[in-house]
Amino acid sequence: MHKSALSVKPSGTTPDAAPFKRVNYGVAICEAFEYLLENYPEVFIIGQGVWSPWYVGSTMTDLDKKFGKDRVIDSPVSEAATTGAAVGAGLCGYKPIVIHPRIDFMILACDAMVNQAAKWSHMLGGQAHPNVTIRGVVNRGGEQGAQHSQALHSWFAHIPGLRVVMPATARDARDLMIASVLCDDPVLYIDDRWLYDFEEDLPPAKPVDLRDIGPQYLHEGNDITIVGASYSSRLALDAAKTLAASGVQADVIDLRVLNPIDPTLVHESVKRTGRLLVVDGGWRTCGLGGEIIAGCAETLDPTVWKAKPQRITLPDAPAPTSRVLEDIYYPDEQTVLDAARAMLGGR
Amino acid sequence: MTRSTWPNRDKNEVTTLGDLGNPEKFNTPIALQNYSTTTLKARLEDMIRIRVVEEVIADMVRAGDVKCPAHLTIGQEATAVGIAANLRKTDRAFGCHRSHGHYLAMGGSVQGIMDEVLGKATGCSKGMGGSMHLFAQDIGFYGSVPIVAGTVPLAVGAGLAAKKDGKGDIGIAFFGDGACEEGVVHESLNMAATLDIPVLFVVENNLFSSHMDIHLRQPTDRVARFAEANHVESVTVDGNDLVAVIEESGRLIESMRRDPRPAFVEAITYRWRGHVGPNEDIDVGLRRSMDELKAWKGRDPVNRLALSMFERGDFTQSDLDAMTAAVRAEVEDARKKAYDAPWPEEKTLLEAVYA
Repeated sequence: MHKSALSVKPSGTTPDAAPFKRVNYGVAICEAFEYLLENYPEVFIIGQGVWSPWYVGSTMTDLDKKFGKDRVIDSPVSEAATTGAAVGAGLCGYKPIVIHPRIDFMILACDAMVNQAAKWSHMLGGQAHPNVTIRGVVNRGGEQGAQHSQALHSWFAHIPGLRVVMPATARDARDLMIASVLCDDPVLYIDDRWLYDFEEDLPPAKPVDLRDIGPQYLHEGNDITIVGASYSSRLALDAAKTLAASGVQADVIDLRVLNPIDPTLVHESVKRTGRLLVVDGGWRTCGLGGEIIAGCAETLDPTVWKAKPQRITLPDAPAPTSRVLEDIYYPDEQTVLDAARAMLGGR
Repeated sequence: MTRSTWPNRDKNEVTTLGDLGNPEKFNTPIALQNYSTTTLKARLEDMIRIRVVEEVIADMVRAGDVKCPAHLTIGQEATAVGIAANLRKTDRAFGCHRSHGHYLAMGGSVQGIMDEVLGKATGCSKGMGGSMHLFAQDIGFYGSVPIVAGTVPLAVGAGLAAKKDGKGDIGIAFFGDGACEEGVVHESLNMAATLDIPVLFVVENNLFSSHMDIHLRQPTDRVARFAEANHVESVTVDGNDLVAVIEESGRLIESMRRDPRPAFVEAITYRWRGHVGPNEDIDVGLRRSMDELKAWKGRDPVNRLALSMFERGDFTQSDLDAMTAAVRAEVEDARKKAYDAPWPEEKTLLEAVYA
């Protein structure tokens, strides 16, 4: 397990000065569910394994006991039907949350997500809004292999009408879930189990408008821009701290919302640093990394660049099981450091 | 130990529909039971409206004015009208590629569909959907899509929402025999049965999916067997007998409203036109012949109801002619207005991607 202290400071106190509470990313997700189930009777949860910590770790502990098995529904082994049913209930005034404990299995629900949820607003003239949140959990490593490990954010961020969010911090794990569920549009919320143990002090939960949320700085500097999302933002942050010790100051931008994407912050940063390194937890071809670089390439003046933009991705191969192959498959902090230092001319 | 036996492997011969699958049968006037002439006239007019609207749309396709794929339901009108007769505005129905009839039977506006098939801003889906994406939520028609079986789980979710609301409303999924070959239908039946969700699965089994006869796609021809396998109450009914459809679906729907759980109606019917577009497509369909089409036209749901009413004596051929002429005038008026209706503004292209 990779672990680092967090440099993100809580953004102020709440008006009633309620105390901050230290929770980890996994528990923060659970707190979002509690907040939503407590305050919004139209919220319910459906999916496989939601009555069992074996599937969803600390992220849903005892929700069924607190809120009842009618509102926290452990379902048949039917990704397509549960997701489709959530879309249908979302069209009828409810705010359902579908849980896919491994995002690989969510692929069986693509029709409900891509053909239905993402399209209904536009193709019916803005008259229907499937208010549904689909949570896909990325669960990599541990020799789990090709069908228990994927990061599919780039696929879904390609689809107009489907919002895609990926929290990197405990605060966002909670607040992006709240924002997703309160949003009238369908949202794919992707969390990564490699982040579950990271802790942060959180103020009390409150309503969040997803439309107000975009990329954020996790670290600031003028030498290089490192862009990530979810766990790759964490790698970027770790690398930025190490670089700072050797006198290199990096901007780290955590994208948070992949679709619809707001590239403004990245463009502003690269204009200042002249160097762009994207750390993408997915594959290379037609991926998020390429999208960020392309956006900068077509927007910024050619004189801005001090180094060729680079991306770090998974190799274009399914995840292996053997540990020696797994070790070289996933990028780590050192991968980011090596790439950044090469772009900085060896500094 | 429980054993099953090897089934009959002659796929062309296995029918479990019996006479319902034979167009030489069930082609006589229907039993009107104790339905009043007033009620029957209203339902007959609903069926005629669907047919006339689609005949006009067929003309508009031939003229090159309607470009979007239009899947016509002519010949199948009694199922939509019979089911709709038991629905209320707070129910939640979902359609498929062939849903003009569902939309109109539930009370969808003729002008709304005419404008929509032309892509006009005043259409029922603001000109963004065309024939395959109809919408009239105010009357309980939540939307139709052409992805085969795409809306079946959505209707299950709508039924779940209705159950949570606790007012006796139901979800309805309209689909066809082809959709029964999609895995999500099995998932939906299983889940609806397990969670006691009030959703009515309505299959118009017209014996064809696109060009393929059901015997070339399934080992037997009665699709209610999928409901039975999932412990869902079902009925297989003559889908061209309006009164039978009203009675059989009504019995199930009334029960579902009191005691939430799913049910399944298989309505045996036949489409007169091809899979898509205005033509009869005899040459496109495998096993679809002019003789077969002629035979099925003998089971015309409109004609059978009208003849039954003539026999009872309080409705005449001239009443029917007047009714048809009035509907045709209404539809022609809507066609004319649709051509004059405004196009969507360019900005709408990007407007409704998100709420």
